[in-house]
Amino acid sequence: MEKRTDKNSYTIIFAVMMVCVVGGILAFLASSLKDRITQNEKIEKQQNILYALGVNNNDEGSAVFVDAAIAEKEFQEKVTEQLVLTFKDGNIVKTQTREEYMAETKQEPYLIDVKKQQTLQKETGERKLPLFVGKSPEGETIYVAPIRGKGLWDAIWGYVAVNEDMIVKGAYFDHKGETPGLGANIKQRYFMDDFYGERLLTEAGVFKGITVAKGNADPTNKIKDDYEVDAIAGSTITGDGVTAMIKKDLGLYVPYFKNLKN
Amino acid sequence: MALLSKKDSKLLKDPLLDNNPITIQVLGICSALAITAELKASIVMTVSVLFVMGVGNVVISLMRNIIPSKIRIIVQLVVVASLVIIVDQVLKAFAYELSKTLSVFVGLIITNCIIMGRFEAFALGNGPYRSFLDGIGNAAGYGFILILVGFFRELLGSGTLLGISVLGDPIAKTGLYAIGYENNGFMLLSPMALIVVGLIIWVQRARNKDLIED
Repeated sequence: MEKRTDKNSYTIIFAVMMVCVVGGILAFLASSLKDRITQNEKIEKQQNILYALGVNNNDEGSAVFVDAAIAEKEFQEKVTEQLVLTFKDGNIVKTQTREEYMAETKQEPYLIDVKKQQTLQKETGERKLPLFVGKSPEGETIYVAPIRGKGLWDAIWGYVAVNEDMIVKGAYFDHKGETPGLGANIKQRYFMDDFYGERLLTEAGVFKGITVAKGNADPTNKIKDDYEVDAIAGSTITGDGVTAMIKKDLGLYVPYFKNLKN
Repeated sequence: MALLSKKDSKLLKDPLLDNNPITIQVLGICSALAITAELKASIVMTVSVLFVMGVGNVVISLMRNIIPSKIRIIVQLVVVASLVIIVDQVLKAFAYELSKTLSVFVGLIITNCIIMGRFEAFALGNGPYRSFLDGIGNAAGYGFILILVGFFRELLGSGTLLGISVLGDPIAKTGLYAIGYENNGFMLLSPMALIVVGLIIWVQRARNKDLIED
């Protein structure tokens, strides 16, 4: 005897109902939690930028952000200026202050979606990226730029702080889905800290970037002018991704710093 | 009266050893290889799978009489996927830090074949309570192996456990490293997980000859 649940009509009705019920639940959940999630993401961005500026609760060996509760306040205090630069064909064609940018778009500069800007660049040749100005713990003026690239499995991104001479004064990296224990370790202190003090420009002022290098004979990273940091074993492609995003995205800002010096 | 009848406790205990989903049924190997390079990831994955298996098995079991057999696999997939997404969204809203840790695993949980396997083999034919026990038992059996593999891989590969150095500092040459010990970077790569799982299978079958198939 054919069971009731074997009928085609039953199967179709069941499938339709299931889709509606599940879709409804997920849509309801997503829209009711959306505000909280965007708020969390905003705070995370602020914490990331603050981290690169050297404002964090790092304890020995592990990277700890400033408390989510005070991130907003710290961000207002420590980030003295948020500039928005418009890049076209390797040049900076426009520099806007936070106020000018907000008058134009009603959006905080730090919320600029770097990924969207990268696509925009492909389509129109133009993109807008933020640059955050603040003071290092030593009192030097430093600039934090966002970077974004590809790891092994998915996106990787970060914030790098440099001073006027483009010497790295802080770095924060994060990833969407790198392998735990391998590529995912780019967000560990021992990797990020290696970038501190590394140079991006040669003596002649040519942009060279920093290479995540295997076997650079400097595992403790004492040599700061070799344009290399020690790679993580077993995560070559993630490391190459870091190298590439530093070269590509930080390279964009070179004209800004050249201007600054003149 | 005991809390669990003999039959019920068998549901919990069997998958831990003699019918372990990884070492005996050889399911869920892919996630066992991918994420066991550190202990913390193994533990996070174990807890997530415990949750999804426990709840998912109950949901499927409650629906077992109304699920059309022709599309039952799709229904199972929808149940797992929605459960995982719901958990992920709720964590993103209320425990953002935790959700960041979990992000990589979301996809891996959905495609974990142990989950689908238990839905198909057990929950579709048994009541909710027994299905719950079966789910928890299998997830625990899976997690046990995961944690065991994660323990050895992190210890021998990085010299740390849960991120804390236990063998000294490899660069400053303290602790064990002072007498010439080196971390085995190979342990961090996926093939070594397979070898560790193989060793566990070997030990297990050597202890219990009944498990050996001819």
